[in-house]
Amino acid sequence: MTANRPPRYPGYDVLLKRESPSWDEITREVVDERLAQRNTPRFCDDAQWRALDALCTVIVPRSRQAKHPTPDGTTATARADRWAEPSVPVAALVDTKLFLDDRDGYRDARLPPLRDAWRIGLAALDAESHRAYGAAFADLDETQQRELVTRMQCGELNDAAWQGMPCKIFFDMRVLHDIGSAYYAHPQAWNEIGFGGPANPRGYVRMQANRRDPWESSEAKPGREARALEENRRAR
Amino acid sequence: MRDDAMHTPRGKNGRAPDVFTVGGWVPMQEYREDDPVDFAIVGTGAGGGTLACRLAEQGFRVVAFDAGAWWRPLEEFASDETHQAKLYWTDERICDGEQPLQMGSNNSGKAVGGSTVHFAMVSLRFRPEWFKARSLLGYGADWPIDWREMWRYYAYVEDALKISGPVNYPWGPHRPRYPYRAHELNAAALVLARGCDALGIPWCPTPLATLSAPRGKAHPCVYRGFCVTGCATNAKQSALVTWIPRALKAGAEIRDLSMVRRVVLDPNDRAHGVEYFREGRWRFQRARNVVIAGYAIETPRLLLMSATPRFPDGLANRSGLVGKNLMVQSNQAVWGLMEEEIRWYKGPPSLAMTEHWNYTDKGKDFFGGYCYMSQGPLPNAWAAVQTGRGLWGEALHSEMEKYNHQAGLKIVGETLPQEMNRVTLADEKDAYGLPIARITHSLCDSDKRLVQHALDFMSTALEAAGGKEIWRQEDDTCHLNGTARMGDDPNTSVVNADCRSWDIPNLWICDGSVFPTVGGVNPSLTIQAIACRTADRIATLRSRGEL
Repeated sequence: MTANRPPRYPGYDVLLKRESPSWDEITREVVDERLAQRNTPRFCDDAQWRALDALCTVIVPRSRQAKHPTPDGTTATARADRWAEPSVPVAALVDTKLFLDDRDGYRDARLPPLRDAWRIGLAALDAESHRAYGAAFADLDETQQRELVTRMQCGELNDAAWQGMPCKIFFDMRVLHDIGSAYYAHPQAWNEIGFGGPANPRGYVRMQANRRDPWESSEAKPGREARALEENRRAR
Repeated sequence: MRDDAMHTPRGKNGRAPDVFTVGGWVPMQEYREDDPVDFAIVGTGAGGGTLACRLAEQGFRVVAFDAGAWWRPLEEFASDETHQAKLYWTDERICDGEQPLQMGSNNSGKAVGGSTVHFAMVSLRFRPEWFKARSLLGYGADWPIDWREMWRYYAYVEDALKISGPVNYPWGPHRPRYPYRAHELNAAALVLARGCDALGIPWCPTPLATLSAPRGKAHPCVYRGFCVTGCATNAKQSALVTWIPRALKAGAEIRDLSMVRRVVLDPNDRAHGVEYFREGRWRFQRARNVVIAGYAIETPRLLLMSATPRFPDGLANRSGLVGKNLMVQSNQAVWGLMEEEIRWYKGPPSLAMTEHWNYTDKGKDFFGGYCYMSQGPLPNAWAAVQTGRGLWGEALHSEMEKYNHQAGLKIVGETLPQEMNRVTLADEKDAYGLPIARITHSLCDSDKRLVQHALDFMSTALEAAGGKEIWRQEDDTCHLNGTARMGDDPNTSVVNADCRSWDIPNLWICDGSVFPTVGGVNPSLTIQAIACRTADRIATLRSRGEL
């Protein structure tokens, strides 16, 4: 459904710096582990996994974008089929957090602990989905999914399956928090926003506005797309 | 191997990690558990780490405990926000009240060195009048300490940490030149500067605890920007690389991965030692004095957990104030889009700041003050801000894509002490079987008016600096203080000016919990100054035979 969207930082890839003085051993180790994450569950059961995976695609749709080359040599991105393998395995990253019971250090008193909140929330989302559309959340079309998520965000869902957990608090404190932080922890997201990525020990030199170190991303402002592409290929 | 520090204690067998060399060790004094050491200190952050150092340097026999790991920054601090959550106190806490707090990353550390391992290094002095806030400014409570005495200890700490800062500081009474030069300003800092210039108020480079020139085995900051997820070059002058190495040299022992559950009293109701968990079992360390330095949540939690039949409401709690008067600092921001590329990920996050509204009393409809600083959140922190305003889907992605053009101004704002803001024990238990903390927090009307004032002012400033698409983040908080306040009166305070508890003369509290008011600046410099003062006072009391 989405038209080709030219990247803001064409050809930029923080992973090109993997062997450069911007990456140290510990950083390579932890990012490698994230990149090796397969999109399969260790915590969720089948129904939870389908709902979680679909929910992740709604919250961070670019996790399922497909890449294809354009005539000028850049890589354009467009929405892939929503059943395609994701380019960022967000659901698996969230599932891993649940598997490890990796908590944040605080819990809003209106929510149960991490795992319980997700168990209840995903089951409730499916229950709401069946009630409104007669199908599981993962089987709805995108418009219906977004509609249901919007109602969750507005606090309008109140099926008994929520077990008293306010859907809005679940959405704000768990859905957006856990899914958003999973996506933006991935190098694909860093490339998209032109973030410098890991930077030890080299760091940065040019601190002023509109100045970039040669190992930083270059923005494709109108008219300088080709130059940006060239600079990004050398950004390492 | 990379999380080895979280499973196997490193301060053992007469040695401790040398944080300055890869794989290196330094010798460490060890004390037997049945040896009544002069001081057992619970916590090794800005309060406990500093105090352990200064007491050991004055000849006291010190053992300090930390629940967290003893990291080797050069090898174990990844350039990765997610991974570095290992520095935060992520044990569960239940948060309620009208504005439930978010804990962890920006206010709670769990490591040798405490929160200073991931703090933003902003090192500011209190405004002198704040030490007499009740008498001079009409709110909160007076401190039992004179500002001129604090001024001397601030200078001492600034030198100990080689704070980088301006030659002339625009606000308050004279202070010496900062030991190290100010850092170069990044583009985000210059946005703040433009806004201040346009509105006619002073600004300056932020005094920071990160090196602008070499120091010993640590080299200057390389502007890598991962400061609040742990400095991998040792440029950051955290307790881990300053006070702790000094403490070891002076003969202190630090026990990492040691969770203290109880201060034990003897039959005469004096502190006798601490019970702590290390290497799979509960242990007991004897001590002539016990200091609690666990910060504003864990300190009252430990006092409450140490209740005895004689002290059913917890130790040092005659006043009933243990756990009460929790004060956060408000941490709201305005964010906007700049025409130019800012790339705020480069350099320390807050390189420029203004204390104008700390030192100006006219034109305020609230009590207290605030400073504000330039900002540089990394992608995960920035995504949390964006999802925090409810964005998701393509709206989230396209907003995130503006990352390199974003600038922001953020306050550290004073909140008033209120007894209803407090730490209590919940029924739920943690992994040690100990009751977890329940944190109840609401803002009062004055706090809310301060926030509105700040947001209005900063919006104008950001717009004047050229910001577009300006929006207000209305919900954040940072820092934790109060919950065991100091004072002159045993009925209205928990400890005296020397951080000595009124009820149990050999039980002390030395961290941000003793603050009667919180001011509008980051608290770490004041916590360290108080720890240094406390060590000197303890030495004086010893010489008088009053310990």
